Amino acid sequence: MHVLILARSVVCYASTRTTKAASPTMDTIEKTRIVGAPVLRKEGVDKLLGRARYVDDIEREGMWYGLTVRSTIPRGFIRSISFDRRINWSEFTVVTAADIPGKNHVHLIIADQPVLADGLVNHCDEPILLLAHPDKHKLREAASAVHIEYDPLPPVFTIDESERQETIVWGADNLIKSFLLEKGDVDSAWSTAAHIVEGEYRTGAQEHLYIENNGMIAEWNPETGITVWGSLQCPYYVHKSLLAVFDLPEDKVRVIQTETGGAFGGKEDYPSTLASHAALLAFKSGQTVKMVYDRMEDLAATTKRHPSRVRHRTAVDSNGKLLALDIEVATDGGAYATLSSTVLSRATLHSPGPYVCPNVRVRAHSWATNTVPYGAFRGFGAPQSIFAIERHMDEIAAAIGIDPVELRRRNFLHDGDTTATEQVMRDPVILDKLLDRALTESDYYAKRERFALENQSGPVKRGLGIAAFFHGSGFTGSGERYLNSLAGIDVIPEGKVRILVANTEFGQGTNTVLSQIAAESLNIGYDDVIVAQPDTSVVPNSGPTVASRTTMVVGHLIERAGAQLLSMLREHAGLGAHFTTDEFFAACERYRAIHGKVESLCRYEAPPGIFWDDKTYHGEAYPAYVWSVQVAQVAVDTVTYSAEVEDFWSVQEVGRVLNPVLAGGQIEGGIAQAIGYALYEKVVLQNGHMANNQMTNYIMPTAEDVPPIHVYFEQIPFRHGGFGAKGIGELPHDGPAPAILNAIRDATGVGFNAIPLLPEDLFLELSVREPQVETAPA
Amino acid sequence: MSADYPTIRFTVNGQEFAVDTLPMKRLLDVLREDLHLTGTKEGCGEGECGSCSVRMNGELVNSCLVPVLQAEGACVQTVEGLAINGELHPLQKAFLQCGGAQCGICTPGMLMAATQLLSLNPHPSMLEIREGLAGNLCRCTGFTRIFESVVAAASAETHNVHDQADHAR
Repeated sequence: MHVLILARSVVCYASTRTTKAASPTMDTIEKTRIVGAPVLRKEGVDKLLGRARYVDDIEREGMWYGLTVRSTIPRGFIRSISFDRRINWSEFTVVTAADIPGKNHVHLIIADQPVLADGLVNHCDEPILLLAHPDKHKLREAASAVHIEYDPLPPVFTIDESERQETIVWGADNLIKSFLLEKGDVDSAWSTAAHIVEGEYRTGAQEHLYIENNGMIAEWNPETGITVWGSLQCPYYVHKSLLAVFDLPEDKVRVIQTETGGAFGGKEDYPSTLASHAALLAFKSGQTVKMVYDRMEDLAATTKRHPSRVRHRTAVDSNGKLLALDIEVATDGGAYATLSSTVLSRATLHSPGPYVCPNVRVRAHSWATNTVPYGAFRGFGAPQSIFAIERHMDEIAAAIGIDPVELRRRNFLHDGDTTATEQVMRDPVILDKLLDRALTESDYYAKRERFALENQSGPVKRGLGIAAFFHGSGFTGSGERYLNSLAGIDVIPEGKVRILVANTEFGQGTNTVLSQIAAESLNIGYDDVIVAQPDTSVVPNSGPTVASRTTMVVGHLIERAGAQLLSMLREHAGLGAHFTTDEFFAACERYRAIHGKVESLCRYEAPPGIFWDDKTYHGEAYPAYVWSVQVAQVAVDTVTYSAEVEDFWSVQEVGRVLNPVLAGGQIEGGIAQAIGYALYEKVVLQNGHMANNQMTNYIMPTAEDVPPIHVYFEQIPFRHGGFGAKGIGELPHDGPAPAILNAIRDATGVGFNAIPLLPEDLFLELSVREPQVETAPA
Repeated sequence: MSADYPTIRFTVNGQEFAVDTLPMKRLLDVLREDLHLTGTKEGCGEGECGSCSVRMNGELVNSCLVPVLQAEGACVQTVEGLAINGELHPLQKAFLQCGGAQCGICTPGMLMAATQLLSLNPHPSMLEIREGLAGNLCRCTGFTRIFESVVAAASAETHNVHDQADHAR
């Protein structure tokens, strides 16, 4: 049987860490010195002293500032742009689409999104014109003196309108992407079903609300080309975009990531647009130009999580076994394609949940609307489709009259089962164990019994809800093969090993975990390792920092690069089998004397036996899966109609945990963000413009709203991940929304099928219900 | 700086400054632009997120809502004033060890709010910690490890006091 170490992540100091073995076979977890230990965050001291340099902390002598003039209508032709004479425009640099030396598009999957609108706007707040001036206080007035007149066209704002195709706003049919996933024969199952259960589930947009807004500094030099510094996740995405916009060769564009104050996917694609803007202003003005958004601009103009509508029709036999899952996934992609196709792909693949079902059909569509393009956000489509399936499981349980826990247990995937894409679960699947642990730790059954009694009196109704789910780690299907990542280490003359990756730190712990892996692999100290600032002129392209791939995929490359470096030093520089740190660095210098540099790079190699067919959506959708069961305890106040998450338990298997403090922090942070997704965070659009684009009225959970969060890891090392790790970052965001709404169903008896679920939504549903009237016996 | 502007005098982290500036300029901008103390961050510009929190005359304020003229004669403490001679403040140590900082952008403000809390209430309950930090938004941690950091720092400060008391004897 598989080996587990259960590590409660609620730890603080190393001395108080409680790690206990769940079974006596813990020896399959490799013994390590640094990997697995709660070593301190690599850049932590700089952050705590306030000396970490974020983009807005950087000033340059004589620097100019940039501002964006944006569309005020959701769709239409630009008839004219005029400049009010009250402004002395000779002081300003003004950039329009006509100033773009290369291609006017943001390089991503499809080249449909202009860097600056040229004749036509497709959403409110679309960038049309850029201004730069040495005095940032003069920019707002100047922007208000740019008059743009439009010939409006009819806009489309919702999935339902877009799919009717009465008004075509994108391509020939409004359809950005569709997928069809089929296993077995769904239509043959209906006649044999004991029960058929249908449901429709909707999720709203969600703002990342990283506390550091988007920002970028750009510089143009005729000799060296363009350099940008900024808050971003993917330096090589920005690099590729700038190459196209400026029509420059690769060595004439340099992208440097500055300390980044949160991202969550929100700085995956948008920085390509902002970097292009800042660079265009720098190119035309000849000055260094800084563009930093304020909160209102960041909220109004940058990407959000895709809204979704998911419909389920499910055939179940009399024992509660799933016979057929017929699923329709629809997402709102916004005005341009951006990442909608890949988000839809992940939504499709996660829509059947962690269950075995012989017949599955998923029809998925992403529809264009005239809103700011929706983009990457932690979970990337999975939270939307997992909300649907996990709410639906509770509705199925209610319809056939069995315990929702039991329904899940009867249908869980196990080792050797196949998923909807007919991927065989070759690695251990321990959902039963995760579920048992979640039930025990939350005292699930005793509490439900107690709440059922207590709820009979008093205005506060309590309930418990559960969600079970997986998340695919790394890029989907053949994605990692296409990325073909290169990563490694070198040794600098000052006697430090330096990590060379394009993967960025934005809070998740990239710097720390990769340093742990390098130190472990090289058998040197954690403090002997530093991380190169991500700079496309220094680091190789190790792929984007997305999809929970960094620790698993890039970490594995660093582990291999370490082993490779030791072989190089043993073979060419006389390093012994056992060595001290001084001996290691002495060998590095001997190697340098011969070879000029000490560098070890490794390229991605796909795990063997992986097959994926992009056309039929069959095969190994992901190289590894992480698994979780979460339990939410929610109190609904039937006087104020507020729903409060009182307690939360999360049990997960994420491969090996390389740093328990960081891993626990990822889980807790993801859960808090997903509590906001479920109960607080509503993007209100008016004529396609975000009306509540302020922290005053876009509400995220505060220190007073987040419940105690209990985190438990079960560890099964993944042989192709960095020291056994799989991805963690996105998983915790997948489950809380359905768990919370299932708890509200348990508390009130009412199934809510849409998030965010605000007090006014609870009020509408709970207050107008028929009063219970006892009829006197005749 | 123009001669037309009044001179505002105040103390930041124990050091006196005289700044010739627009009296309505935000304290946040004076700290960052005039004094080059960029540890204090702007998150929302409207007093919601607390990233720009500093202590002024023993009060916790959002420096984005304070015109610098209000700071005339005041004693201001920013994140740069927490560590003494390079030695991390007990709260900074605790945040480092407990995982209280992730992306780090809310951290300076959070540290100032926690400093304020512990200065008024050296041994806060969990409820008091939650209330004391409710004006400071963190999007990364889910707050759990920030609470643990404050608890750890409060207990470490107690130990320090005891140590000093022992030495005094």
